[in-house]
Amino acid sequence: MSLTVAEVRHIANLARLQLTPEEERRYAQQLSSILESAARLLEVDTAQISPTATVLPLQAPLRPDIPRPCPPREKMLSNAPDTEAGMFRVPPVLE
Amino acid sequence: MPNLTDLSLLEAASALRSGDVSSMELTEACLERIEALEPQLHAFLAQTPDLAISQAKAADKRLQEWRKKPEEPLPLTHGIPVAIKDVLCLEGIPTTCGSRILEDFRPPYSATSVARLIDNGVVVLGKTNTDEFAMGSSTENSAYGTTHNPWDLDRVPGGSSGGSAAAVAARMCFSALGTDTGGSVRQPASFCGITGLKTSYGRVSRYGLIAYGSSLDTVGALTRSAADLLPLFTAMAGHDPLDSTCMPDPVPEIDLDDCNLTGVRIGVPKEYLIEGIQDEVETAVRSAVKVLEELGAEIQEVSLPHTDLALPVYYLIAPAEASANLARYDAVRFGPRLKSEKLWDQYLRTRGELFGPEVKRRIMLGTYALSAGYYDAYYGQAQKVRTLIKDDFETVFKDVDLIACPVAPTTAFRIGEHGDDPLAMYLEDIFTLPANLAGVPGMAFPVGFDRNDLPIGMQLNAPHLGEMALFKAVHAYQTQTDCHLRKPDL
Repeated sequence: MSLTVAEVRHIANLARLQLTPEEERRYAQQLSSILESAARLLEVDTAQISPTATVLPLQAPLRPDIPRPCPPREKMLSNAPDTEAGMFRVPPVLE
Repeated sequence: MPNLTDLSLLEAASALRSGDVSSMELTEACLERIEALEPQLHAFLAQTPDLAISQAKAADKRLQEWRKKPEEPLPLTHGIPVAIKDVLCLEGIPTTCGSRILEDFRPPYSATSVARLIDNGVVVLGKTNTDEFAMGSSTENSAYGTTHNPWDLDRVPGGSSGGSAAAVAARMCFSALGTDTGGSVRQPASFCGITGLKTSYGRVSRYGLIAYGSSLDTVGALTRSAADLLPLFTAMAGHDPLDSTCMPDPVPEIDLDDCNLTGVRIGVPKEYLIEGIQDEVETAVRSAVKVLEELGAEIQEVSLPHTDLALPVYYLIAPAEASANLARYDAVRFGPRLKSEKLWDQYLRTRGELFGPEVKRRIMLGTYALSAGYYDAYYGQAQKVRTLIKDDFETVFKDVDLIACPVAPTTAFRIGEHGDDPLAMYLEDIFTLPANLAGVPGMAFPVGFDRNDLPIGMQLNAPHLGEMALFKAVHAYQTQTDCHLRKPDL
């Protein structure tokens, strides 16, 4: 299994990561060797095996639906790089 | 009274109760030790002396009141200085996860594990260094520089909880919190010659633990002995309504004075003592198993046949979960923003420039494993093989109570030794990953030293929620041996 630079560029875009051309080359090589080392996994016969998403026996535990106070707005905005009128401020989303 | 920082946590707790020492004296002794050693070790990302001093004052006040009514319960952690891995939130204190993408982030709330320790009277000295987002085995992936191993400053302390391990080994604090997603408490404990507990998945709340691999992440602690670790574990463990994956099961109370290994069945998996493991590690582990046998345990060889698949399973599942968890770093709600004209470009630029190389590697690996056309082949298949690994443990635990094996194939390696070879670094985790995939607890503890005088660790694993069996066995070992008492020359 080997990844091309074009595939790396596609994955990086899906993951919202801007890469330099040098990073694209290096990740193509490194991700390919990691995937190659995982190849033996693909040979295991798992036709009869169900997947494990969690090790816990819990089945979506329920709790009473009781309202509780939210943290104050200023506190939740205090780490934001930019705010306006009590909201997060971002650059234009649409053209 | 010996040097205060050389006291064990339990000795310090007892001196606090008797009034022989105050929490302020312990705290000042730790702060002085940190000041003296931090330039060599770089164990901390943030120090909190003001917070520590105010907590110590409050602890001493409470102790004075308690001495008038000593029949009232007082936690053993009361007044004890500790450090916290920088992936656990502490309200108002910079929490970076070792990443530039969280530079100057001050959490608006504390992690449940941290809050419970503070409720139990601990004094917080600071936040310890970690590989970025806990992704690594050496702290070399921290954006803020590598921590040095107190036993040999040219070597790594292990990772990702390497700052916590170095701080405990160097007697900068009595205990430190760590987290373990693939070995991140046990391997640094092993490399630094201390005792570290990876809790069962779901035993300690993950609320306020900044997420890496959500089906694998666990909160644990590092100390100098199992006896010192127990009060921290009992303070942190137990159900939390803020984490629906935190188990409601009660945490048993045990008396470590009454440790007897007669009849305890311990399995040694044949897949773990393999070629490529450092001779001295194998020898030390086999001798430690002998000691456990002399203490009354019954030893037998067992088999975990899917062990060699744990590495590829982990390095698909953990990155897949990480790629989803780390999508939140969008430079909108927190973290620095690298300005761009459009939101889309701002995402690309901020994430591309502020995540480090290993984090980007794992995000991409995970994104690929989850992407259309590859999901079934990679992520889906990894989850199925995870079932086989989990079943291996369940089968073996029908015949034995504990599993004994090495923590890592070697002792601490040199800073820079693995260069830019991610696969070589991933191989450091081969003996620790299976416990995370199976969700079972593990305790690492020192069992010897190699020819370079570097500590060698062994781990015991127990069935899910079986932490108390680990405490008993490791405590029994530590009452008969003295590896855990050796300290590095600094």
